[in-house]
Amino acid sequence: MAKLNVNGKTLDVQAADDTPLLWVIREQIGLTGTKYGCGVAQCGACTVLIDGVATRTCVLPVNAVTPEQKIVTIEGLSPDGSHPVQLAWIAHDVPQCGFCQSGMILTAAALLQANPKPSEADIANEMTNICRCGTYTRVKAAILDVAASGALGRG
Amino acid sequence: MTSASIASSTTLSRRSLLAGSAAAAGAFSFGFAIPLTGEALAQGVTPEINAWVVVHPDDKVVIRIARSEMGQGTLTGLAQLVAEELNCDWSKVTTEYPTPGQSLARNRVWGNFSTGGSRGIRESHDYVRKGGVAARMMLIQAAANEWKVPAAECTAQKSVITHKASGRSLRYGQVAAEAAKLEAPKDVALKDPKDWTIAGKPLPRLDTADKTNGKKIYGMDLKMPGMLNAAIKDCPVFGGKVKSFDAAVVRAMPGVRHVLPVGESGVAVVAETWWQAKTALDALPIEWDEGENAKVSSASIAAWLKEGLDAPQAAIGNQVGDAKAAIANAARTVEAVYSYPFQNHATMETMNATALYTPERCEVWTPTQNGEAALAATAEASGLPPSKCEAYKIDLGGGFGRRGAVHDWVRQVVLIAKQVPGTPIKLIWSREEDMTHGRYHPITQCKLTGALDKDGNLTGLHMRISGQSILAGIAPRSIQNGRDPAVFQGLNPPGPEASIGYGIPNLLIDHAMRNPHVPPGFWRGVNLNQNTIYLESFMDEMAHAAGKDPLEFRRALMKNHPKHLAVLNAVAEKAGWGKPLPEGVYRGICQTMGFGSYVAGVAEVSVSPEGKLKIHRIVAATDPGHVVNPAQIERQVEGSFVYGLSAALYGECTVKDGRMVEENFDAYNVLRLDEMPAVETVIMPSGGFWGGVGEPTIAVAAPAVLNAIFAATGKRIRDLPLKNADLRKA
Repeated sequence: MAKLNVNGKTLDVQAADDTPLLWVIREQIGLTGTKYGCGVAQCGACTVLIDGVATRTCVLPVNAVTPEQKIVTIEGLSPDGSHPVQLAWIAHDVPQCGFCQSGMILTAAALLQANPKPSEADIANEMTNICRCGTYTRVKAAILDVAASGALGRG
Repeated sequence: MTSASIASSTTLSRRSLLAGSAAAAGAFSFGFAIPLTGEALAQGVTPEINAWVVVHPDDKVVIRIARSEMGQGTLTGLAQLVAEELNCDWSKVTTEYPTPGQSLARNRVWGNFSTGGSRGIRESHDYVRKGGVAARMMLIQAAANEWKVPAAECTAQKSVITHKASGRSLRYGQVAAEAAKLEAPKDVALKDPKDWTIAGKPLPRLDTADKTNGKKIYGMDLKMPGMLNAAIKDCPVFGGKVKSFDAAVVRAMPGVRHVLPVGESGVAVVAETWWQAKTALDALPIEWDEGENAKVSSASIAAWLKEGLDAPQAAIGNQVGDAKAAIANAARTVEAVYSYPFQNHATMETMNATALYTPERCEVWTPTQNGEAALAATAEASGLPPSKCEAYKIDLGGGFGRRGAVHDWVRQVVLIAKQVPGTPIKLIWSREEDMTHGRYHPITQCKLTGALDKDGNLTGLHMRISGQSILAGIAPRSIQNGRDPAVFQGLNPPGPEASIGYGIPNLLIDHAMRNPHVPPGFWRGVNLNQNTIYLESFMDEMAHAAGKDPLEFRRALMKNHPKHLAVLNAVAEKAGWGKPLPEGVYRGICQTMGFGSYVAGVAEVSVSPEGKLKIHRIVAATDPGHVVNPAQIERQVEGSFVYGLSAALYGECTVKDGRMVEENFDAYNVLRLDEMPAVETVIMPSGGFWGGVGEPTIAVAAPAVLNAIFAATGKRIRDLPLKNADLRKA
C-alpha cells in the first residue's frame, strides 16, 4: 500500500514496495500515457515529472516516492492539452508513431521550466530520450519555438 | 451493402465491453476511442457510400484505411487521396480501419492490408482514389435525382453539391442515405495531379493531438474487463526448446495465476499485472534444450560468409558483358571487402497482443503492419477457421518491418489464451525478449572488384554478395533455383524498381547464399541498405583510385540513368559540392534507387584528432514520382536519416553461444538528439510513376557519411557499425 499524489489527486495504490512507479502508474492507476520502452532508464518513454523534475520511472521503486511529492503524468500536464509544449508539438506536427512522445514532451516541459531560454546545446544535453521514428529535428524546433515565445518560465 | 451488415453482433458486443472497461477504470478513467471497428461500422446505422467512404448526416466523412499507421503518415496521405477525389470538406474528415475479417467476408474489398516496402500509398493510390471518385459521383447523382436534373449539370466542392442553373445546393450529409442506394458507377476518371487541392499539399497529420496528451491507445495500453497479463521467455537460442520448468517455485508469488508452456520453445507466466508476471518469470527456473545452434557465434558466421565471397556457386542478379575478362585485362584493379551486421528493429513499443479465445471464436488486438497476416496467424494458432477469428489493428508504436511478415507474438498470445479460454490475455514482450527474439536485418559480406582503364575509366565491376536471404527465411517458396531476387535490391538491371544507376560496360553481381540460424526479417530499407553502402562506398574508392572527383566519376557512368543523375545533381548543387567548407569539415556523396524512388545524399562531417565523428549537415534529395504530402515526406526523410545513422554508428547484434548478446538500449545504442545533424530535403517529383518514401533514404545515410569520413581521415571504413572503428587519421 502506498499513497501517491498524481496529477493533483491523492491515491492509495496496492503494489509491492519495489514495483517500479511506471507499472504502478500504468497498471494500478490506469494511466497509460506513460510508456514502457526499456526498463533500464535508457529511452525515457516512462518519464514523468516529480516535483517538476523529469524522472524515469521504470527503475524507480514506488516506495521511493513520498505522498508529498507531486507526480505529473502526460495526462496531467494540462487539463486540455494546451500546455505550451503540447501546443508547439501540434504546431510542428512532431510525433510520428508517437510512442516516445509523452516522455519527450514531459522532458521538454521540465527543461523549459528550469531553463526558459535553452541553447541548442542545452537541448541536446537534456533531451536524451530515444525516438526510433526520428523526430529529433522537430522536437528541437518545437522547444526553440516555446523558448522564443516566452510562454514558460515567467511564473 | 451498408455498414450495418458488416458490423457483426460479436463486434458490437466486444466494443461495448471495451467501453465498459474505460468507464470502470474509476477516478482516473478517461474516455478513449479504441480503434477497433470504428464508429461508423459499430453504429450500424450510417450507410456507407462505398467501401472507402462513409458520410454522416452531419457531413462528417469517414475514410476507411486498410494500411496501417505506424508513424509514417500513411493514414493522412491515403485520406488526402480519397478526399481529393471526393471533393469533400477536409476539416470534416476522420479515418477508420476496416478489420481483416470484414474484408475477407466482403471478398477482400479493401485489397491488400500489408504495410511494408514503402507501398502504403504507391500500391493503393489508384483504387482508393477511384473509391473517392465513385462516391462523389454517387452523391452528385443523388442530388441530381432529387432536383430531377442531369447529374452533368451539377458540381461538388467541399461537401456541397450545386446546381448552378437553378441556384440550388445540398450538403453531402443530406444526400448520403440516397447516394448509398445507388449503383456504383463503372467508369470513373481520376483528376490530373496538377489539379489537386487536398492531395499534394503539406497538410498536418490527422492523428497528432492524441499523441501529445496521453489519449492515444497503443496495443500495450489495452484494457479489458477480467484481462490477465502475460510475460514470456522463448528459448534464447533460435531453434532450441524448453526442456523443463519448475512452476511450483513461482506459483505462490503475488498475482500469479498460470505458468504455461507456449509451443515447444516458450514459457509464459500469466498474472494480474504485467509487472507481477515479469517478476515471477524472472524467478522461474527454466531448463532449455539449446541444440546444435548453441555452437554458433558471430565469428563462425563471419568465417562462413567469408568463404562465400570466393565460392564457385552463386546466383546471378545482374550481368552485362564479361566482367571477369574486363578485370583480367584491366590496366588497374581495385578490390575491397565490406560487411554488414545483424540488427534489431528496436521499435519503441515492444511486441504485444491481446487475445480472447473460446472454442467458438478467437479474437486478437495487436499493432500490426498487416492485419490479414495477423488474422492468418490467429487462425493458425487457434485451430479455428479464419471466419471464426478476427484481428483488430491498433496503431503501432513503431513497425520498421518487424510487425509485418511474421506474427510470432500473435501465435504466442493465442497459444496462451487457448489455455485460459474466456479470459482476455495481454502479452507484452520485455525489451530483453524483444532484442533477443527479433527478425534481424540480414547479415552479409561483399567483395567488390573494379577494373579501370589507363585513363581511370571504369570498365568492369564484379560484386559478390555472400550471406543471408530474407526470403529464404520468410517465404522460401519465392526462392527459385537458389536465387533470392530481393537480395539484389538497388542493383537490378534498368527498370522501375531498385535499379542500379550506372552504365557499367562489364558487370557481374552475384550472391552466394549463406543462411545462419538467426531468423532474418524485412528491416526498414531492407537489402537496399547494405547494397548501397557496398556499391556507393566502392564507387568512391574507385574514384579516388582513378584520381577523379567522386561526383564526376559517377556522372560519367550515368548518361543513360537520368533520374538517378537528377537527384545526385540536386544534392551536389544544394550542398555546394566542390565549394570550400569550414576548416576540418568534409563531404561525402552517394545515390541509390529503391522502393520505386530515386534518392541521393551529401553528408558533411568532421573527425576530431581523437577520432570523434560529428555529422554537421545532411542534404537529401528524393524523386518519388508523385508527392501526396510534402510535409510528411520531409519528416520521413529526416526519420530515415535517424534510422540509417543509428545503424551506421551503433547498429549491431552479435551472436554468442547461438543467442543474441545485446539485450537493451545500453548495449544497442541508437542515435539521439545530440548527434542529429541538420537535414535539408529536396523533394523533386518528376511525375509519371509512384515511388515510396518511408525507406529509400535510409540507404544513403551511411555511405554519404562513410565517404565523408574517408575525405576527412583517409580511412575507408568497410565494416559497420562505426562504433567499432578507429577514426583517428590514418
